[in-house]
Amino acid sequence: MVEIRDVRKRFGALIALDGLSLAIKPGEITSIVGPNAAGKSTLLKCMLGLIHPDAGEILIDGSVVNGGWRYRKKIGYVPQTPRFPEAFCAKELLAFLTDLRGLEPRNESRLIELFGLESTMNRPLHYLSGGTRQKISLVIAAMFDPEILLMDEPTVGLDPLSSRRQKQWLREERARGKTIIVASHLMAELEELADRVIFLLDGRVYFDGPPARALATTGERTLEATIAKMMEDRQPCTAC
Amino acid sequence: MHSMLTVLRFNLHELARNRWLGAYALFFGAIGWALFYFGAAPDQAAASVLDLVVFLVPLVSLTVGVLCFYSARDYADLLLTQPISRRTVFAGQYLAAALSLAVPFAVGLGVPFLWYGSHERAMETLLLLLLAGLMLTLICVALAFLISVGTENRLGALGGALVVWLFFVVIYDGLLLVLIMAFPNYQLGRPLAGLVLLNPFDLARIVILLRLDIAALMGYTGAIFQQFFGATRGLVIALTALSLWTVLPILLGAIAYARRDF
Amino acid sequence: MNRRLSVKPLRESSRLLFALTKCGLALVAFAVLSLNAASSILAAQEPAPITVCPTCRFTSIKAAVRYAPAGSLIVVHAGYYHENNLIVNKSLKIVGENWPIVDGGGLSDVITITADSVGLSGFVVQHSGMGTYGDPAGIKVNKVRGCVIDNNRVLDDLFGIYLAFSTDCQVKNNFVRGHTLSESFGGNAIHLWNCRRVVVENNRVNGYRDGLYFEFLHDSTIVGNLSEHNLRYGMHTMYSADNSYRDNTLRNNNAGEVLMYSQRLVVTGNRIEHNWGAACYGALLKDLDDSRLERNLFVHNSVGLYADNSNHNTIAENEFLNNGIAARVLADSDGNRFTNNAFDANTFDVATNSTTTSDNSFNRNYWSGYRGYDLNGDGIGDVPYHPVALFAVLAENYPATMILLRSPFAELLQVAELAIPALTPKALADAQPLIRRPSWSKSVTFASASER
Repeated sequence: MVEIRDVRKRFGALIALDGLSLAIKPGEITSIVGPNAAGKSTLLKCMLGLIHPDAGEILIDGSVVNGGWRYRKKIGYVPQTPRFPEAFCAKELLAFLTDLRGLEPRNESRLIELFGLESTMNRPLHYLSGGTRQKISLVIAAMFDPEILLMDEPTVGLDPLSSRRQKQWLREERARGKTIIVASHLMAELEELADRVIFLLDGRVYFDGPPARALATTGERTLEATIAKMMEDRQPCTAC
Repeated sequence: MHSMLTVLRFNLHELARNRWLGAYALFFGAIGWALFYFGAAPDQAAASVLDLVVFLVPLVSLTVGVLCFYSARDYADLLLTQPISRRTVFAGQYLAAALSLAVPFAVGLGVPFLWYGSHERAMETLLLLLLAGLMLTLICVALAFLISVGTENRLGALGGALVVWLFFVVIYDGLLLVLIMAFPNYQLGRPLAGLVLLNPFDLARIVILLRLDIAALMGYTGAIFQQFFGATRGLVIALTALSLWTVLPILLGAIAYARRDF
Repeated sequence: MNRRLSVKPLRESSRLLFALTKCGLALVAFAVLSLNAASSILAAQEPAPITVCPTCRFTSIKAAVRYAPAGSLIVVHAGYYHENNLIVNKSLKIVGENWPIVDGGGLSDVITITADSVGLSGFVVQHSGMGTYGDPAGIKVNKVRGCVIDNNRVLDDLFGIYLAFSTDCQVKNNFVRGHTLSESFGGNAIHLWNCRRVVVENNRVNGYRDGLYFEFLHDSTIVGNLSEHNLRYGMHTMYSADNSYRDNTLRNNNAGEVLMYSQRLVVTGNRIEHNWGAACYGALLKDLDDSRLERNLFVHNSVGLYADNSNHNTIAENEFLNNGIAARVLADSDGNRFTNNAFDANTFDVATNSTTTSDNSFNRNYWSGYRGYDLNGDGIGDVPYHPVALFAVLAENYPATMILLRSPFAELLQVAELAIPALTPKALADAQPLIRRPSWSKSVTFASASER
């Protein structure tokens, strides 16, 4: 359970989060959508503690996390553009993270197999393509079987096969009761996957509900068109 | 502690890739070896190395400290999203950067010193010189990290590091000179000793200088400094000041690091 | 103040007497032969040496001196002689064999020589009085002519060898060791006062206030001595003229060679080294005029050469190596010529207390700090060298500046000075700096390097 209570964050003149409140339940895939600079990444980073909110609280499983670090045991994170230390190969990196957490990884070998990474594990990370890095980032996020998965544009750069496998895997995780939050601007990806769509604009929630209801509200046929319509109208969703 | 050491190991692994660290060791090794090989007396060798220690070591440590911070910054998200505190990440990164500069320096100079300079009296000065170089390395990397935390990009931080270096190496001493010239009729020994404590580079230089022959040229002020820094008590004061110069920037840096957004 | 003797030495006149008698009896044609014969007869007739030893007829030197006629030879064998001020008041040659010890027992002088032509050699002379009244000495020589103090070991006295109002004496091959603890109650190892034509040669002295002290000394030669580890000066000359100082070594004193209120001294080939510490000097010139300092080696002194109110001296072909300040010439000194010297690896080459300094000239010296060039290859740099560093000027006027010694800031001043020559005192410049070390300096350097 992730709760966001009236979280505000501004960067200079730019208001990234403007009094945002949300409650995200486990066992669902929640997608956060919105145009560039809508506050999606900022929200995820606030949950991770990478960014400190100016005001408001974030609660994970009922306890406030602001400034703490132990709660991150429960979180796996896939950044928008994963960056790795150049001197490592994937295997060393995973070993290091294992050492750092002091836990035995549970999903490691399954994920490596799923994404076909066996042959690349011993190669230096800076030789790897963007897609491969993305896959390794997914392995890193999920290898300790976290309760909460935060994913920022997780399908960018993935080939269709890997993308499908990733979705398959996310559905399995959902079935296991995980809290999955995916930020993306690729609406088509989310349409078939998300249980809930949260549309952010200018740091505020414009729509919050199942994809089907979003379609119904605007009368459009795809989620992408729905979002576009909402952006054109710029009317706060009264139903939320 | 375990996670801090893991972060340290992680960063060292990354930094070990850099060949210039080996070059840094070889440079000091060559200098140390050459000094003794070409027959410099240990006292003269110490004086020559002193110039390097107060000039080059801070410059390299400040700039390389910034580069280390920003190279670690590139993949900081990976660490910061793990269940470890910001403090741990900062400390691990600092120690990795400090070690990767201090070890080449100590090995580079220490080996020729131990090999050639085993005269008992001079050894003490040479070891003190090594210690001073190490302290300056720790201080400058700490300052570099503090500067880096407070800036948004590598270039800005490098600029800041150079300004700090210039300040301590040139501007501060220039101001001291102005002060001395402004009060020609006052005995400035004690106030100057206090002011020297505020500049780690001056402090390291003077503590070493007082142990060398050349201190005889420093005249009356030198005698007061000798009184102040020459005895064990003074050495303790100097080491305390240098330690504060290390610890304070690290603490401030850690606090700022914990507060900033990534 | 020199005392002129009207009576010729006794031994010389007796020889003359013999010769005249023989001449009167023999023919003029045999005169030369007779003279030869006379000297052999003289040798045969000379009395046997008087011996002194613990089991001899004479067990004290004092008794032997009292008994011996002038011109005698007294041989003193090994033993311990408690003489309580042995006064030698006639012309005797007193020779110690196997180092007999003459002990003054801490009272006044140990041996006092008051007659002309006394020879004293082979003794250990020790324990004079230590009270400053009367300047007690190991060997005191007063108002004589032609004494020879040779090859003695003079230990633990207030003054070691003390000559006053004496001429034509030789003090040589002696070892003089003291343990002076304070400057104000200390004496000097070899002390000459109001003397003329003295040779002080090849002595080794240490542990006194001043190693070699000369006041009102004229026409004398000081050669080949070693003076080290004295409380104050290695060699100290006051109110003297026309002396020559050659090949002495003065090291580890507060000041090596101190020349004050004197004229026409010639100081050559001396090694002046390791006189290091606050207020220490290699050579200290105060009111020294018309003198020459040549081919001396100044190594590792706080100040190599210091000149205060000293005029018209020539400082040539000296080597200044590893000194704090090679030469500090105060503005009250005038007309001194520095030429053909080598200034090598000194922290500061030249310092002075005024930027508008007087007309001391520096010409054709070698400066290791010179960064000029020599386009026509004549061995002379094409741009002048300014040996007074800006930092040295600042330190002279604001002594506290010295805390910036060896700082990057001081280096920066040096660079600023090269870029903006206007910052340095213009008056002091070597217009013809040598590009290479003068040829003579190499041997000196190698010798010093090997010794180090």
